[in-house]
Amino acid sequence: MSELVIEGLRASVQGKVILDGVDLAVSSGQVHAIMGPNGSGKSTLSHVIAGRPGYEVLGGSVTIDGVELLGLPAWQRAEAGLFLAMQYPTEVPGVAVSDMLMASRSTNLDPDEIRQAMLAEAESIGFDEKFLERPLNVDLSGGEKKRNEALQLGVLKPKFAILDELDSGLDVDALRMVSHRIEMETSESSLGVLAITHYSRLFEQLHPDVVHVFARGKILESGGPSLADELEESGYERWVGADPEPTESSPTPDPFGDPFADPLV
Amino acid sequence: MTEFSPDSARAIDGPDWIVERRVAAAEAVSVADAPTTALEEWRYSPIDKLDLTQFSPADGLADAPMVPLHVEPSAIVRVVNGKIVTVEIDDDIASQGVTVGSLVEYPTGRDMLGDVAEGSPDYFTRLNDAFTPDPVVVHVPRGVVVERPVVISNHASGEGRAVFPRLVVRLEEGAEATVLDRHTSASGDLVLSCPVAEFDLAKAARLGYLNVQQLAESAWQIASQLTRVGQDAILTAATAGLGGGYARTRADTRLLGRGAHGDLLALYFADNDQALDFRTYQDHVAADTSSNLLYKGVLGGRSRSVYTGLIRVRPGARGTNAFQTNRNLKLGPDAWAESVPNLEIENNDVKCSHASSVSPVDDEQRFYLESRGVPTDDAERLIVGGFLDEVLNALPVPSAVPSLEAALATKIAAATGMME
Repeated sequence: MSELVIEGLRASVQGKVILDGVDLAVSSGQVHAIMGPNGSGKSTLSHVIAGRPGYEVLGGSVTIDGVELLGLPAWQRAEAGLFLAMQYPTEVPGVAVSDMLMASRSTNLDPDEIRQAMLAEAESIGFDEKFLERPLNVDLSGGEKKRNEALQLGVLKPKFAILDELDSGLDVDALRMVSHRIEMETSESSLGVLAITHYSRLFEQLHPDVVHVFARGKILESGGPSLADELEESGYERWVGADPEPTESSPTPDPFGDPFADPLV
Repeated sequence: MTEFSPDSARAIDGPDWIVERRVAAAEAVSVADAPTTALEEWRYSPIDKLDLTQFSPADGLADAPMVPLHVEPSAIVRVVNGKIVTVEIDDDIASQGVTVGSLVEYPTGRDMLGDVAEGSPDYFTRLNDAFTPDPVVVHVPRGVVVERPVVISNHASGEGRAVFPRLVVRLEEGAEATVLDRHTSASGDLVLSCPVAEFDLAKAARLGYLNVQQLAESAWQIASQLTRVGQDAILTAATAGLGGGYARTRADTRLLGRGAHGDLLALYFADNDQALDFRTYQDHVAADTSSNLLYKGVLGGRSRSVYTGLIRVRPGARGTNAFQTNRNLKLGPDAWAESVPNLEIENNDVKCSHASSVSPVDDEQRFYLESRGVPTDDAERLIVGGFLDEVLNALPVPSAVPSLEAALATKIAAATGMME
């Protein structure tokens, strides 16, 4: 039984505070959903936990089983059991997913076992084997990139996975396969999941235990799965409507955000 | 006074015609000014530090290690300090009229030497003309296809030796061959190597040429590769520049026949205080010619690289497609790269472009690999290897790639380890 604990996490980008006191605890096998409007800083939360460069941590802590992650290089956070499935997986020319996984310290599998695991994962999520030896994410469609993320998750078997907008860019079939695969991991391998999303469609296969509403840099409300349905119906107006989200007119300066995202969505 | 006088040129062995040729070249050199950084083409080089009085023309054979090649050649010529030591050639290609060996002993060698290079002389090609002791010829007759690579293995040694390897390759109509031209030197010896290679591709010939420069870091190199590509002929010319303290390679490709094509590739990796300098010239003379240049380099330590390239499209070269890309990856703040692409277009019906970049290892790429548990150093090694992969995969002598990859891995490990 493991626990990912976030306490009082505050962080800024280019001098602007984006995370303003985040508290959250995820246990093995649990699925926590973080839902919030665009520009609310929910992707920033995933980046700061994983150690992406470009953010300044102002305070708080993030631990896995008591091991402080903040201050560790990203690879040691992964070694501690963290995995980030990225919203926009980076293209790495000339480096195949197999090269990367074989260089990873997050798994004890030997190269043959990694190869076997990759083939099994590819099969289970409908990822074409031909991509396994191709350069990472280069010339992959949005859906293939997300399948690739899920494949790596399946091979590395982390304790906790943060899924940053896993559903974006995925077609319905791919979404079903990928989210079903991750749901299986939560029961079979006790994977804990922090699923950041805008829509509840991710939860048709991946069932959240707890849903958090995230806006203005913090969690404003937490509840059961029904909260996701409520958000789907009535949107985020209840949390941002009365006191208009300042970031709606000036979106979060997320250095890795989608420059073409519709700010009104 | 330097040792590079007409008298010392006259003292080198050979038939009268080549002795006369050497002496004439030495006389031309003796009245020419040695290049300085005041000249635009030497501007970024340490040429002012090259003191020719420290060197004398190599006058004898030295010990040469048998550097393993891991390539199964169809012919192999071993050259030490510019002198041919051994020549081996497969019977099956010899029986088809393929010649690999000493140019001075070859009946038409006299006409072939300098035939391509004469058009664009410079100080160091002249110096090679004056002091090359024993040029190598590779001549493939019309329609003959040489399947396996012809290997020229050049080694230089001896403190203060200047060496002048010369390679002359001629492919007649429809002939095909690949040539691996490797240059090594004794570790720690101050050596000046000024190789000149001439390539002449007749109609519809196909040449793959890979130059592997693995000189010691105590060596200077000023090399010229001069190529003439005939009608519908296809050239793939590549350089792997790994060694040398200062190593310059000038590659001139003249697309002289209609439909001629050139793929021009280089990968280079400088570390410590190495300086690698590349000058390329894609000269489109005839119509419907195309050239595609991709030079990619990695700079570690306090190393430097200069890339200067010119695409020239002559008035008659309508329908030209010419591209030039130079990308540099800097591994640390003390490495430095300069990239200067140029276009000179005298015909409107052309497609030309150039692109160049100098950048550090991409933070995003590094983070992606790290987020999967790959330690920082290993992530950088993977990224650097991946960056060069594009050129490695396109090299014209695929059997040479594994040993190049091993040499690169050693350099990558040393360079990325030093960053911490």
